[in-house]
Amino acid sequence: MTNGWIDIKNTDMMLIMGGNPAENHPCGFKWAIEAKLHRNAKTIVVDPRLTRTAANADMYVQIRAGSDIAFLGGVINYAIQNNRIAHEYLVNYTNAAFLIKDGFKLPEDGLYSGFDAEKKTYDKSTWNYEEGGDLTGKPPAPTPEGQNAPAGQGAQHSDTGKGLGYQAASPTGAKAGTGAPALPPNIAFDLSLQHPRCVFQLMKKQYERYTPEMVERITGIPQAEFLKAADLFTSVRKDGDMKKVATIIYAVGWTQHSFGTQIIRAAAMLQLLMGNVGRAGGGVNALRGHSNIQGATDMAGIFDILPGYLKMPNPNDVDLATYLKRATPTVSKPDPWDSFNYWSNTPKFTVSLLKAMYGAAATKDNDWAFNYLPKIDRNYSWVNIWNDMYEGKIKGIFAFGMNGVMIGPDSNKNIDALKKADWLVVCEIYPDETSEFWRAPGITADDQKKINTTVYRLPGAGFAEKDGTFVNSARWLQWKNAAVPPPGLARLDQEILATIFLKVRDLYKKEGGKFPDPVLNATFAYTTPYNPSLSEVAKELNGKALADITDPKTNITIKAGQQLPGFAWLKDDGTTSSGNWLYCGSWTEAGAMMQRRGTDDPSGLGIYPNWGWSWPMNRRVLYNRASCDGGGKPWDPQRRQVWWDEAKQSWVGSDVPDFKPDSAPKDHMGPFIMNPEGIGRLFVPLGAMADGPFPEYYEPIESPIANPLHPAQSSNPVVKKYKTDMDKYGTLDQGFNVVCTTYRLTEHYHYWTKNNPMNVQLVPEPFVEVPAELADRMGIRGGEKVRVTSARAHYIAKAMVTRRIRPMKIDGKETFQIGIPIHWGFRGISEDEDRTAKTLANQLTPTVIDPNAFTPEFKGFLVKIEKV
Amino acid sequence: MTDRKTLQTEKISGHSGPSPGLGMQRDFEVCKLVDTTTCIGCKACEVACVEWNDMPFGMTTFDNTYQTMPETRWNFWNLIKFNEHQREDGTIQWLMRKDQCMHCADPGCMAACPADGAIVKYTNGIVDFNQENCIGCEFCVSGCPFNIPRFNPGTKKVYKCTLCSDRVGEGLEPACIKACPTGCLKFGSKDDMKFIANERARQLKENFGMENAGVYDPQSVGGTHVIYVLHDATDPERYGGLPKNPTIPWSYTVWKWLFKPVLGAFALFGGLGVLMHYVSVGPRRPQPEPPEKEAANGNGD
Repeated sequence: MTNGWIDIKNTDMMLIMGGNPAENHPCGFKWAIEAKLHRNAKTIVVDPRLTRTAANADMYVQIRAGSDIAFLGGVINYAIQNNRIAHEYLVNYTNAAFLIKDGFKLPEDGLYSGFDAEKKTYDKSTWNYEEGGDLTGKPPAPTPEGQNAPAGQGAQHSDTGKGLGYQAASPTGAKAGTGAPALPPNIAFDLSLQHPRCVFQLMKKQYERYTPEMVERITGIPQAEFLKAADLFTSVRKDGDMKKVATIIYAVGWTQHSFGTQIIRAAAMLQLLMGNVGRAGGGVNALRGHSNIQGATDMAGIFDILPGYLKMPNPNDVDLATYLKRATPTVSKPDPWDSFNYWSNTPKFTVSLLKAMYGAAATKDNDWAFNYLPKIDRNYSWVNIWNDMYEGKIKGIFAFGMNGVMIGPDSNKNIDALKKADWLVVCEIYPDETSEFWRAPGITADDQKKINTTVYRLPGAGFAEKDGTFVNSARWLQWKNAAVPPPGLARLDQEILATIFLKVRDLYKKEGGKFPDPVLNATFAYTTPYNPSLSEVAKELNGKALADITDPKTNITIKAGQQLPGFAWLKDDGTTSSGNWLYCGSWTEAGAMMQRRGTDDPSGLGIYPNWGWSWPMNRRVLYNRASCDGGGKPWDPQRRQVWWDEAKQSWVGSDVPDFKPDSAPKDHMGPFIMNPEGIGRLFVPLGAMADGPFPEYYEPIESPIANPLHPAQSSNPVVKKYKTDMDKYGTLDQGFNVVCTTYRLTEHYHYWTKNNPMNVQLVPEPFVEVPAELADRMGIRGGEKVRVTSARAHYIAKAMVTRRIRPMKIDGKETFQIGIPIHWGFRGISEDEDRTAKTLANQLTPTVIDPNAFTPEFKGFLVKIEKV
Repeated sequence: MTDRKTLQTEKISGHSGPSPGLGMQRDFEVCKLVDTTTCIGCKACEVACVEWNDMPFGMTTFDNTYQTMPETRWNFWNLIKFNEHQREDGTIQWLMRKDQCMHCADPGCMAACPADGAIVKYTNGIVDFNQENCIGCEFCVSGCPFNIPRFNPGTKKVYKCTLCSDRVGEGLEPACIKACPTGCLKFGSKDDMKFIANERARQLKENFGMENAGVYDPQSVGGTHVIYVLHDATDPERYGGLPKNPTIPWSYTVWKWLFKPVLGAFALFGGLGVLMHYVSVGPRRPQPEPPEKEAANGNGD
């Protein structure tokens, strides 16, 4: 979240789309209700189903699963056409005024400039700003010959990712480094926003095609209804008034598509266009689906980043200097403006991380042990891992805190992949489908004899049996205490992991190996190495001074061994260590900031500055400089977060300014300090996105229609399908005529609570939500069993016949959608009592992933449905 | 003592003469407010109710709805009723209403109950069943205009929501209120709850275009100690059969003053009969206990 849970209470308008917070985040949803009760805030819910969130909304709009970009593009178009935009914000805080290189082409035919049809990738050299300075009021210059050809720098950029098929993600979209050196240092701009190649005009042109008629054809939302929703949402910017603010709230309903990242981009653009980012009650707010998903991401639970969203080294990074050159962006901005470019500190964060990881073994002479870090040579995202295992390239897997078989996509492929593995280690609190993949329905006793995978089951501890932190969606680190000790032989995760690590290290010590140094030299200085205390780990993540260090400005000294007060202290000379620069400040000499329980809220904005600790540096709203006008005065004096104090020559406020504190408004430093331009990106230049600098609407991989915008390029051009015999994709012609989506219920938590009688009592059995009209046609009555079949497998459950999903007209054709909750498998209370068909929702879902975040397309695939 | 005055008896069922403890008055009547316009149907209240009251889990079956079970059970006193209502323009309104004992000012169950002290109404408005005194006649079931009391065939007693009289007596809010994540459930004095409810209804009318928003506090049973804010108070039936004008069957309101003296005489003769039986036949011999399994699994439906 750019903002936070409690901050939702400050909003005037909520667009909830691609998420179902009332069901999946009921405790957080109280803040949406606070906004309704105390601010008369309005809620628009756009969802394939009338959910419990929609039941609480002022307006519910039923959309075809997967068509979100068409809707958002339509709203962008509506906002521009009706001047519901934040003009001053747009000109000064976004790249609306920046000029894009000649030769850049919008995707009228579904393709941006630079597409290589063979490799299915883009040469992104034209996706860049033009060099040049202030062109405000000047007529566009005639196109110089040769600018259409890729510039040298651009070509250099596209080389950096060659053969890897992945790009690093970052929390801000700043994409530390990828191609950043190729951005021009002095960007050409036109503050009148009239130049045909300025971002605003290009954006306007791109989304002019997303007319209400087009939105209706693609999404199935009748024009009148769409216009009503667009009018309501953009009404906060009526007559250019900046006081009101709107928020956009989403979850995996947006990410789980073959263009998921671009849906979120579209939302970010809309929010920038309307001046809603950085403000109390505004922002682009991802609701994380588990209690510590945010923490897992921050700590690099993803293959392509290091802790703190530092880029993962690749084989081309032959030494630290090469890596840092690639990973550290240089400033790129209009000359008269200023840019903080906070990622310019990447070397300090990186060296401090290496010092935390390798301690004394990391020295200046050995490049701070940079060569100990693994260099990833290919895409190790989730679906690729299972694909590699299926192809026999991965021999074993550790499954901690997840149920790999159930998670899918294409659970059958995952089961078959495990059959081919040599070993499997599962740490769980229940017998789960992954550790018992060998007894999945359909596997006979004879089949079982042929499975040679050795399965080790480790007894883990439940969440209430562990202490440590959860990092919530609002980036708050909150310490929790264990309620009860783990039962029986169950062990804490850190004990299990530390034991394995120490045993492996012993083996390396005794037997050596190809490259034992990273393992032998890893820092492991915990008081009880076999069961490290998590407070020691937390302190290590925060980091400490390794020598006495003095800030030249304030003359304050931090002594060697002391905890660091914040990441501004981090150094690239080996005198500091920090396991995650973003967490620096969370456990200081003043104590465990993450354990604080202060309930004072002086501003009344729900900032609660003394409760827990949020990264970065306890800022509750990111980019909060943008909550003020150019002069540093809050857009809304009633919701003052930060402001410029002329007397103190400093930014001050109720929240911690997310900005250079002494940068005066006249210097025109951009509020989006993680981008090298300092501004919010409507247009994402160069390599940050794989599939386009603007989000373009593409059909899901399995779709009932050809894309009405460009039928010849219907789906995302850079998406690659998998090629094993298991990877099948269905079409309308094969009879897969119903759009299907998957989701969770409030009554269950993923695949655990099917083992808990209370939850099972609340919702005992799997079901499929079927529109009443479709059920009538198929002769299906509520409670009767149906078979849902995709190109990959079938799923059997009882039908919930409902009027909460209506038939839709998609491109003129009547189309039905159905929905399947994901919670049931082949182990659990109802399963063990033979009350279910023991099929898994994710046996249906396709193996296809978003090209930016590599998330599978769990929403909006094709099936057929029949009565059993 | 002041904080212990919450549970003071006003009257008890089937009892002639002054009720025990009468006169120790609580300052105010308590009330539960359910704002259906901010209920998200998360069922936290259902879980809290089962857990606080330590009730055994029952078996449920999928029934084409998100609703946990068709109606409350002897071991499930708090049920959110889910209803799909089609508006005039064809759009669907998905309504969620927490169903439980309404704790009527004029309780039908109590009017119907013949067992001395089986039903207690406290001065704070809570209507509570005392199973020790329950004779299992189930008159309360038919006397209730909200279809709430449930018979447990295992124990042969009737059960329902106690408004957590055990918690309220200790100055705590009911378990459902504590568990509610959105604040759609509130608890306090009847006056305060009515005030909040009416303000919310006004807000819905003025700012959210709900012309018929209103408060459900039916005067036909003297008002209730559970009140609702409804999107449309003109049609409470759409919220899973909330009666527009709940009334106690006339037979129950009449029978007591009409027949009670007569029954008293019957009871006297009955007592004499028992005495004669004892004198002539001897004491009752112990009967085998009913199997425990039945008690545990009796779902009451």
